[in-house]
Amino acid sequence: MELWFSEFHAPDVKHSIRVDRHLYSHKSDYQQIDIYETPEFGRVLTLDGNVMLTERDEFIYDEMITHVPMAVHPNVQDVLVIGAGDGGVVRELARYDSIRCIDLVEMDDQVVKACRMYLPENASRLDDARVHIYFDNALRFIRRCHAQYDLIIVDSTDPFGPSEGHFTREFYGICYNALRDDGILVNQQGSPFYRHDAEAMQRSHKRIATTFPISRVYQAHIPTYAAGYWLFGFASKKYHPIDHFNKEKWLSLNLKTNYYTVRLHVGAFYLPAFLERLLEEVEDKPCDRT
Amino acid sequence: MYKLDQNQAPIHQALQKFRQMRVVPFDVPGHKRGRGNPELTAFLGEQCVGIDVNSMKPLDNLCHPISVIRQAEELAADAFGAAHAFLMVGGTTSSVQSMVLATCKPGDKIILPRNVHRSVINALVLCGAIPVYVNPEVDSRLGISLGMKREQVEKAIAQHPDAVAVLVNNPTYYGICSDLKAIVDMAHQAGMYCLADEAHGTHFYFGENMPISAMAAGADFASVSMHKSGGSLTQSSLLLIGPNVQEGHVRKIINLTQTTSGSYLLMSSLDISRRNLALRGKKVFSQVVSMAEYAREEINAIGGYYAFGRELINGDSIFDFDATKLSIHTRDIGLAGIEVYDLLRDEYDIQIEFGDIGNILAYLSIGDRPAELERLVSALAEIRRRYQTDGSGLMNQEYIDPEVVISPQDAFYAEKVSVPLDESVGKVCSEFVMCYPPGIPILAPGERITPAILDYIRYAKAKGCSMTGTEDPDIAHINILQEDV
Repeated sequence: MELWFSEFHAPDVKHSIRVDRHLYSHKSDYQQIDIYETPEFGRVLTLDGNVMLTERDEFIYDEMITHVPMAVHPNVQDVLVIGAGDGGVVRELARYDSIRCIDLVEMDDQVVKACRMYLPENASRLDDARVHIYFDNALRFIRRCHAQYDLIIVDSTDPFGPSEGHFTREFYGICYNALRDDGILVNQQGSPFYRHDAEAMQRSHKRIATTFPISRVYQAHIPTYAAGYWLFGFASKKYHPIDHFNKEKWLSLNLKTNYYTVRLHVGAFYLPAFLERLLEEVEDKPCDRT
Repeated sequence: MYKLDQNQAPIHQALQKFRQMRVVPFDVPGHKRGRGNPELTAFLGEQCVGIDVNSMKPLDNLCHPISVIRQAEELAADAFGAAHAFLMVGGTTSSVQSMVLATCKPGDKIILPRNVHRSVINALVLCGAIPVYVNPEVDSRLGISLGMKREQVEKAIAQHPDAVAVLVNNPTYYGICSDLKAIVDMAHQAGMYCLADEAHGTHFYFGENMPISAMAAGADFASVSMHKSGGSLTQSSLLLIGPNVQEGHVRKIINLTQTTSGSYLLMSSLDISRRNLALRGKKVFSQVVSMAEYAREEINAIGGYYAFGRELINGDSIFDFDATKLSIHTRDIGLAGIEVYDLLRDEYDIQIEFGDIGNILAYLSIGDRPAELERLVSALAEIRRRYQTDGSGLMNQEYIDPEVVISPQDAFYAEKVSVPLDESVGKVCSEFVMCYPPGIPILAPGERITPAILDYIRYAKAKGCSMTGTEDPDIAHINILQEDV
């Protein structure tokens, strides 16, 4: 018998992963949660049938969404993480001793429960004393916060599901308000390749770019996401992702990584021409990309 | 609790059966189950265009229902506690007009509050009845018209004992209810009919702890917008009648203006929605109320906004309040309601029902989810942070007492002339001016134009209200009666 997990990356494109076993299946109040055991990608977490992470390539995502802002901001102490119930982002953040507080807001407690059980490596630092987990709607949580975070990491699902509210103008606005005067917001920005994704990416980039004075996009190669090609948004009140990048300081921390490097930090902001054009189409004042 | 089996949906069932029979169409509509209009079919779907069919024996006929439409009407009457229910396909406008036309003849007087929907005054244009306006109370802080006080209705009835009917909004757009039961009793004692415009009150028939519904209060007619809070398709509606009204007479009146090609999409949506409400309405509307209550708490916690609720109830002009309505006063953040309405749409992709001078209304209904409410509340918090002003230059909305000079019908058909707004003071208007939504006329045909009204129109235009009603699309000119009255 052949068992395959398939996901549409576009209406006419399907990505399939061979499955050994279906380990977990649960319909929570918000979404369908599944975990598969696969020969190539190890354990795979899907929400509503969309791949969220695989054991094999999650390091790319979790490192790039975490270390890029951490190598720019000189003194991150308080971090807010939205979504990310698997714990991968928290695991990367917990490697920094300078951080004193990590608030994780995840709407679905069942995701955390499933990941603690089946993805223990990702969830390994969720019990760190600095981590506080809140099961709440992110908009509801953040709009009560004012100037109290140095870094907000938005690790949500795609903009067509239950996390749609995390790609909106009001969301970026309340995040701006929750950040200190030199705060940074990093979010997963989707893929620019397939048309449907590219349009959603443009919409959210436009909203971020009108909310924050500095808004740049960087990229990474993630095999199990649409087109294997993924973007992150770096939005900031004060720090520029390259001009304020403190390479020496980050190197002095001696963190071992598998994807992120100080050279890649800069390179990830160099974008292909078609993507530059997509971004410029929605920016009021185009960024200097020379 | 119901006499009939509310699990049934006879029109829905007949259409399903009809689909299976694969009848060959040599009748209208000419698209023939969508085959003749592939673009339309691709857009709306085969399921949808396949039941866009004509009246025929197995599917009954809306003009003279004797089988499945008749059964659907009886089920609806049972669900709403009415003597009879008419399925309507011309919007609640057609329900309102039918109930006015069924009770008023030319020259008859009808007692009603001035904050009625334009469809009511349009009905007066059609039938030639004379409005006797009961001035609604006004809440001076919120700047909104409230319900009619019992004493004022009593006075109007005493002054106009020859009136034939009393019309009541149950509730107003903002969710405010008059003491309907008392007004029904007063009207009946005076030998008048009581008509209820329940465009915003479908859920009163199904939810718990709701304001009293017109049929429960003993009213003779109720126009119920099933497509608003009830979940049916836009343009579908119900006209309900009580036991003292002759069904055949009302049917005749409806058939004066209603199409002979009633849409089965609309009728089946009424049938399916009625079933859903009868079976699940209680639970659904209790969720809607808790979402609205939650949103009110959260919005009031932002500061500046006032999301008002049942605390307004005063036993008379606010006899009851519809807790599903999320009405928010915005003037204290220094923005007109219409400005907040535009910001929500333009900046946050959130479309709410309407904004007027001092308030906005977000319509909550059976399709809402908590996640979207969080967006609305957060967007309101952001609008306050980014756009609030000290409020100087904001106008307070006040009720302008209309001077009815001649009947709406006489004014509508009189010789008229178009003049610039500024030159119209003191003249008698021959057309409507209103912000839409909410569609409550600022001026109706036959009313005197005053400086206060013109100030209001100019202010509403400047703030971005969508003004409608006049022949001049820019509302720079207005039609007035040629001869001074």
